[in-house]
Amino acid sequence: MSVTLNVNGLDYVVDADPDTPLLWALRDHIELTGTKFGCGIAMCGACTVHVDGSPIRSCSTPIAAVGGKAITTIEGVESKTAKAVQDAWTELQVPQCGYCQSGQIMSATALLESNPNPTDADIDAAMQGNVCRCATYVRIRSAIKSAAKAIG
Amino acid sequence: MFNRMKKDQALATTSRRTFLKLMAGTGAGLTLGVSVPVLATESPKASINEMGQFQPNAFVKIDNAGKVHVVMKHLEMGQGTYTGLATLVAEELDANWDDVIAEGAPADAAKYKNLFWGAQGTGGSSAIANSFEQMRIAGATAKAMLVAAAALSWKLPTSEIRVEYGIVSHASGKQAGFGELAELAAKQPVPVYEELELKNPKNFRYIGRNLSRKDVGKTDGSAIYTQDIKLEGMLTAMVTHPPRFGAKLVSFDASKAKQVKGVADVIAIPTGVAVLAKDYWSAKKGRDQLKINWDESAAFKKGSDEIMADFKKLAKTPGLSARNDGDSAEAIANAETLIEAEFEFPYLAHSAMEPMNCVAQVNTDGCELWNGEQLHTGDQHAVAGLLGLKPEQVKINMLFAGGSFGRRANPHSDYVLETVNIAKAKPGVPVKLVWSREDDTQVGYYRPMYFHKVRGALDKDGNLIAWEQRIVGQSIAEGTAFEGFLVKDGIDKTSVEGAATLPYQIPNMHVDLHTVKLPVTVQWWRSVGHTHTAFSTEVFFDRLAKAAGKDPVEWRLQLLKDHPRHAGVLKLAAEKAGWGKKLPEGHAMGVAVHESFSSYVAEIAEVSLQPDGYKVEKVVCAVDCGFAVNPDIIKSQMESGIGYGLSPTMMSKITLEEGKVVQSNFNDYEVLRIHQMPEIEVHIVPSAEAPTGVGEPGTPPIAPAVANALFALTGQEFDQLPLQVDKS
Repeated sequence: MSVTLNVNGLDYVVDADPDTPLLWALRDHIELTGTKFGCGIAMCGACTVHVDGSPIRSCSTPIAAVGGKAITTIEGVESKTAKAVQDAWTELQVPQCGYCQSGQIMSATALLESNPNPTDADIDAAMQGNVCRCATYVRIRSAIKSAAKAIG
Repeated sequence: MFNRMKKDQALATTSRRTFLKLMAGTGAGLTLGVSVPVLATESPKASINEMGQFQPNAFVKIDNAGKVHVVMKHLEMGQGTYTGLATLVAEELDANWDDVIAEGAPADAAKYKNLFWGAQGTGGSSAIANSFEQMRIAGATAKAMLVAAAALSWKLPTSEIRVEYGIVSHASGKQAGFGELAELAAKQPVPVYEELELKNPKNFRYIGRNLSRKDVGKTDGSAIYTQDIKLEGMLTAMVTHPPRFGAKLVSFDASKAKQVKGVADVIAIPTGVAVLAKDYWSAKKGRDQLKINWDESAAFKKGSDEIMADFKKLAKTPGLSARNDGDSAEAIANAETLIEAEFEFPYLAHSAMEPMNCVAQVNTDGCELWNGEQLHTGDQHAVAGLLGLKPEQVKINMLFAGGSFGRRANPHSDYVLETVNIAKAKPGVPVKLVWSREDDTQVGYYRPMYFHKVRGALDKDGNLIAWEQRIVGQSIAEGTAFEGFLVKDGIDKTSVEGAATLPYQIPNMHVDLHTVKLPVTVQWWRSVGHTHTAFSTEVFFDRLAKAAGKDPVEWRLQLLKDHPRHAGVLKLAAEKAGWGKKLPEGHAMGVAVHESFSSYVAEIAEVSLQPDGYKVEKVVCAVDCGFAVNPDIIKSQMESGIGYGLSPTMMSKITLEEGKVVQSNFNDYEVLRIHQMPEIEVHIVPSAEAPTGVGEPGTPPIAPAVANALFALTGQEFDQLPLQVDKS
């Protein structure tokens, strides 16, 4: 059984069962390991990627559901917003262990792309699905605001 | 974890004269630690490694392009150690920071041991503390050889050669980069300690500044963790573990599992049944199809409530004495006021974002591991023992860890041995063990449950005249290689640290301990014993303060007269938080101060009552960790320690029911999320003392600070974590 996935602008034919979560197709088949496994039940956000521009939890999204859709992972983000988010993350030295940060950046980028000037409540709503056990939350919040300012 | 270990062993190989000279060489402003470091000596001939790089010692490699590779003996798990260690080398080498690259050390205790332990490993907030001189000497050695090479090449005296930001130069205009001089530098004699002069701290260019982090690749997905390793022919393994502690495997039926596409094999191992497959999802589907028959006749079947009831019963009798000042029984008998309290602490899982995993390949002549390696020597010996190899035949590749909080420093090498037990059934094949979040939550190795019983006595003037504390719980160190360091006369110091070392001036004090044996596996969890002792001692202190009619900050300061560093952070935090100022209705502040791993932290939490409970609004933190090597990383570690500690304060606990772990994933083992994170302000006490750790000490004060704030606000006495406000 194979499914064609469009990831970061390229088509990949993945030989896997249709119920295979997108996360494992990305990591084990396409070998893009920037998207992380944290919980497997969409409770931590480490696996967040964009499908047609919206953030989704790839650990709980079967590949059958995303065939033909545009999938963007941390390796493929290119928008001005995404770059501003990554720059703010570096500037404010957000990552500690770093394992959750791909997912944090994907969620933050999606937030700013739909809402360029988020309030604290907007940030809470958009980011509370992303767990960081190093608790870099203070800096995540600052970096989102800083990126918003940079995009202007 | 073990910072009070054998600091003086590092002195063994050097003379007192050398030690004093080193002390003098660093200038008057900085009090150096007691460890004069040992650099493993390389070949006395040319200092060139197999890569053709100039390598004067085990820690510094300079290539022909002028890149400075600093070899990291400690694990980077988020705490910033790659940046801190590289800073120390770059400072004395006068390297250009952008040319410095951090790379992980192999397992080789002779070269890379933690100088506080005598074995290679990371923990106890000791990375910078044990390396502060060693890394600087490593850098100074390389610099002296580069200078000697320039002097030789330019026919000038070494005293006239300058080094700044990676450029070696002379007033005449001659100059060269490190890369140009590397080959000649490698042929210069390696200087001995006596010939080296370390910088006066007032001339530091890098130490004390917020240099950018060297653990890069964490914003674009390129950083490689164990989870990301893929080797030719590698199989992914998942394991079904026993449903209860002590359950034994009787038999299993793998016929359905083996029908799953991609499943390569199913084997029994000492810790369960392993499914090997070409990838994770196939392994998981295969594992879901296993039918396993367990013998649970001898398994542990108690629940958390029964364990706690047993602890409480035991607490009625005296334990082994861990501290005994004056005569507390006598003082209590004659007290005007006696206050008593009991505190209960649950098991806690570490729940690092990267669930435990490891890659191993067993060959005929050795074994190779890829791991977020925190305990090199322990794991190397454990694997060698299992395979009948010499420790040096076990090669370890240290990768970034996606968090650890102590979990990857397992003194039983649990998940590492599990991986090797699978890999040895497939000689020559690399095997990656991957735990699901459910495995990670339920397999064990928790912060132990504890019960504390505390009594405090006041005289008629409200003076604190006696303190008695009894602690009941499992020992972490017993039965491990750390027992010799950490257990003395039956007292595991990780069970009583922070209580037996309570700094307050109390004339009569007694602390004792009951160590309980249980089949539930336990382990150190960020700040170890301080996770529970800071809570019981600081929460109890505020109850005494209320009974005595004293202000919690003022009274602490009065009783900390002989502990200026405790008092220093407390004063600074109180001043910055505006202790005593008027707060909005429904808000209150609470304070806690605690030393751990030779660093001192005070935290003042402001909380507010909410319709559904409470909110931690803001935390003001003051830290004294000696000389601040990288203030921003210190700040980030305080933020992290507070955030990590807020999870058990507000929502996390592991409970057992009939021996089974109830929680399984982030849906029921809840952890702190962004909307629950308070605003945090961190202040660093300026200090010329030797640097101490920051990875753990931010954690202990937060739970008691929040509990004390809620106590001030509601009058409710908190005896359990997580803290739940009674509905009125």
